[in-house]
Amino acid sequence: MSETVIPYMVKPHPVTGLPNGKFGIWLFLSSEVMLFGALFSSYVLIRIGAPHWPPEGGLSSEVLNVPLGTFNTAVLITSSITMVLAWASCKMGSLPRFKMWMGATVFLAFVFLVVKYFEYSDKFHHDHFPSHDNFYAVYFLLTGLHGLHIVGGIIVNTFLLTWGSRMWKTDPEHFTNRVENAGLYWHFVDLVWIFLFPSLYLL
Amino acid sequence: MDAASHEDVSKHMGPYYAVFVALLCLTAVTVGVSYLHLNRPLAITVALIIASVKAGLVAAVFMHLISEKKVIYAVLILTALFFAFLLALPNLTTFEHHSGMPGT
Amino acid sequence: MSVEHHNGNGKGHAHADHGHHELPFWRKYIFSVDHKVIGIQYAVTALVFLLFGFSLMMLMRWQLAYPGQPLPVLGKLLGETAMPGGVMAPEFYNQLGAMHGTIMVFLGVVPLAVGGFGNFVVPLQIGAPDMAFPRLNMVSYWAFLPGCILMLSSFLMPGGSAQSGWTSYPPLSDIAPTGQTVWCLAMVLIITSSLLGSINFIVTIVQLRAKGLSFWRLPFFVHAQLVTAFLLLLAFPPLEAATVMQIMDRVAGTSFFLPSGLVVSGEQLKIAGGGSPLLWQHLFWFLAHPEVYVLILPGMGIVAEVIANNTRKPLWGYRLLVYSVIFIGFMSFVVWAHHMFMTGMGTTMSTFFQTTTMIISVPSVVILTCFIMSLYGGNIRFTAPMLFATAFLPMFAIGGLTGLPLGLTASDIYLHDTFYVIGHFHYVVAPGTLFALFAGIYYWFPKATGRQLNDKLGKIHFWLSFVAINFVFMPMFFQGMAGLSRRLYDPTVYAHGRGVQALNVVISWGAWGLAIAQLPFIINFFMSLRAGARVAENPWHSTTLEWAAPSPPGHGNFLTEPVVYREPYEYSVPGKTKDYSPQFQAEG
Repeated sequence: MSETVIPYMVKPHPVTGLPNGKFGIWLFLSSEVMLFGALFSSYVLIRIGAPHWPPEGGLSSEVLNVPLGTFNTAVLITSSITMVLAWASCKMGSLPRFKMWMGATVFLAFVFLVVKYFEYSDKFHHDHFPSHDNFYAVYFLLTGLHGLHIVGGIIVNTFLLTWGSRMWKTDPEHFTNRVENAGLYWHFVDLVWIFLFPSLYLL
Repeated sequence: MDAASHEDVSKHMGPYYAVFVALLCLTAVTVGVSYLHLNRPLAITVALIIASVKAGLVAAVFMHLISEKKVIYAVLILTALFFAFLLALPNLTTFEHHSGMPGT
Repeated sequence: MSVEHHNGNGKGHAHADHGHHELPFWRKYIFSVDHKVIGIQYAVTALVFLLFGFSLMMLMRWQLAYPGQPLPVLGKLLGETAMPGGVMAPEFYNQLGAMHGTIMVFLGVVPLAVGGFGNFVVPLQIGAPDMAFPRLNMVSYWAFLPGCILMLSSFLMPGGSAQSGWTSYPPLSDIAPTGQTVWCLAMVLIITSSLLGSINFIVTIVQLRAKGLSFWRLPFFVHAQLVTAFLLLLAFPPLEAATVMQIMDRVAGTSFFLPSGLVVSGEQLKIAGGGSPLLWQHLFWFLAHPEVYVLILPGMGIVAEVIANNTRKPLWGYRLLVYSVIFIGFMSFVVWAHHMFMTGMGTTMSTFFQTTTMIISVPSVVILTCFIMSLYGGNIRFTAPMLFATAFLPMFAIGGLTGLPLGLTASDIYLHDTFYVIGHFHYVVAPGTLFALFAGIYYWFPKATGRQLNDKLGKIHFWLSFVAINFVFMPMFFQGMAGLSRRLYDPTVYAHGRGVQALNVVISWGAWGLAIAQLPFIINFFMSLRAGARVAENPWHSTTLEWAAPSPPGHGNFLTEPVVYREPYEYSVPGKTKDYSPQFQAEG
């Protein structure tokens, strides 16, 4: 039995104007807004209830490494423009250009994770684990879950860079849609960090 | 699918680069402002405004939200509302507690 | 009026079905991407867990009816840890309680109502060849099943399964034995499955409707499933976040939910503290309140379909029903703290939640009224599904009305955490949703299998269940009003418990009777699968799109692409020869 053909996989629906995948990814992002929303809400509630923040005294910017955090922010922002360029390369019909920009995006994502590795191991080295106090608990929880989302993005983007790009030969429009949808997810991950960075490092 | 067609995209790259530069600048601004050590409420307000502007640029331009379809706007507005409830209501319930215990 | 009995022609082959290389067994039945197979996988899994979860409660009912008495036969089989000397240990009672709730809600009712009925019926009712993302659908089920197995495995952990209620409140759940961590991990899998499924439902319903099937021509069942999908999409993530935080508290030693100065068994806990137990409650109930609407809305959808079909007239107030269900969906996000009235909230916030809770009761009443009005003047066929659907109405009414004193803060002070609450929510879910789901099984079994369930056995199943279920849950209101707490291992330690202990005996025998009442159904189910009367596409003479497909449908569902010509419930239209005009039949 051959696979059932689902309408509007590539062509947009006449009324909504959307292909299925784009609609799906925006719905997924809505649920992610609620996930990170819950985390931010928890951060606020815990912080309001604490007599001092950080509980040990001092400032967040003294506990966390602001230069590294700023650098990572710039890394993610740059990865977002490279992601846009990857999609634009597909729109302009160039697979090699797509691979270059998507490769850059994946590379920058790894850079982000490497910086986080150094940040985390520095904390662990000083015996500052999530159990140390709620400042650390919140920091590790929020950046940890965000980091897992970065890993997810790396997996998806690497797939599109490698096996996934085979679709370019048979259905370039469908492939371009997939790249755009992956881009939506990636920009969202950047967007979350845009709020995380000041909330955790600067305030 | 968004408004730009196959070949036209190359002519419409300007806004993307502009936003990229703006994001880097706003990042510098938000870090710079943090060194001013403003009082807490003001610091939070300024930081969140700058973050919202940055997020808005990413959403509107990189994520093509500015030219998105009504269905997506409807879903996002609904989500924003529920997000607001989730952020506001639990914290509001803590204000009248008389137990005096931290975090309750 | 009897229903048609045809010699069915077995599985149909859809027009989209070109190239006939057969799929291997494991791709056809195990990792299938066909929504019908996945729907049946969900339904069968859920029915097994409903039976299992019910069995857990039947064990508890022995302890409640005969506290401290050894349980004959089973008592020895369950081992010395759980039932020392055949008498239930308190810790085991707590395990049974927590797992009964968790399994019935997350592994039973929702997977059957949404995963089972939703997956099977929705694409057929909208004229689609499958769900929008068939492979994602398959992934959803295969995230769900491991979650279920993991959840079950928690019984084997040292110290037993989760035992802090289905609500898993910290600090208790934070310091409970290992089974609680397994509960959290299983919930992460099940929640992920649900999120992926909800995306599929929304995109499918919006994008894949047949030609002519506008929003206002959708069967009410589809509207209900669409709202339900949005509830699942937006309400579950906070619980996923909270579950991760609880895992971190338990495994990484954090204090998200642990306040400072906590003393356990005389010893100060060595934790950082500064956390909030109420934070868990907010995040949990942010999901769990919309979750109760997830429990009821698909059931309401089924009742609507069965009532319209068996009264041979259009649903009364169709547009009102749609507006009401959308309004319920929205309001369900702002009522959750009515589960937290006793946590020390000030009067401003508790009044806010009391008000929203009162408001949300209005559309429920509207929906019930529309259903009742739909019966008036109908040419009613009391088939087995119709019996269940009709009984839903007064049962849901009792459940809903008894919710009002709980939603009002003043009366909730007295009734909170008593058996009154248990009576209230069970009326809505058990003779409410579960009856609706049975109606759905009797109604759609012919479409899924090409055979009819035996109607006589169905009627026996109904009457026995209906009588027994009221013996189980009605006395609980009186126990609650007498002040009897829920989650109590031995009610007789309190004088007010002893006062209503006789009712515990009634309830327990009612529960065991309810179990026996399911035998006609189980026998009917397996008997009819092999030897039930065969049917053609539309044995119930129904109007909605799923009845255009063969019984059972093949891949791609429909033999020709369906087109919709009219509203969903055109029954007894004046001037027509037949008493039904299906949506998919052109004029004639």
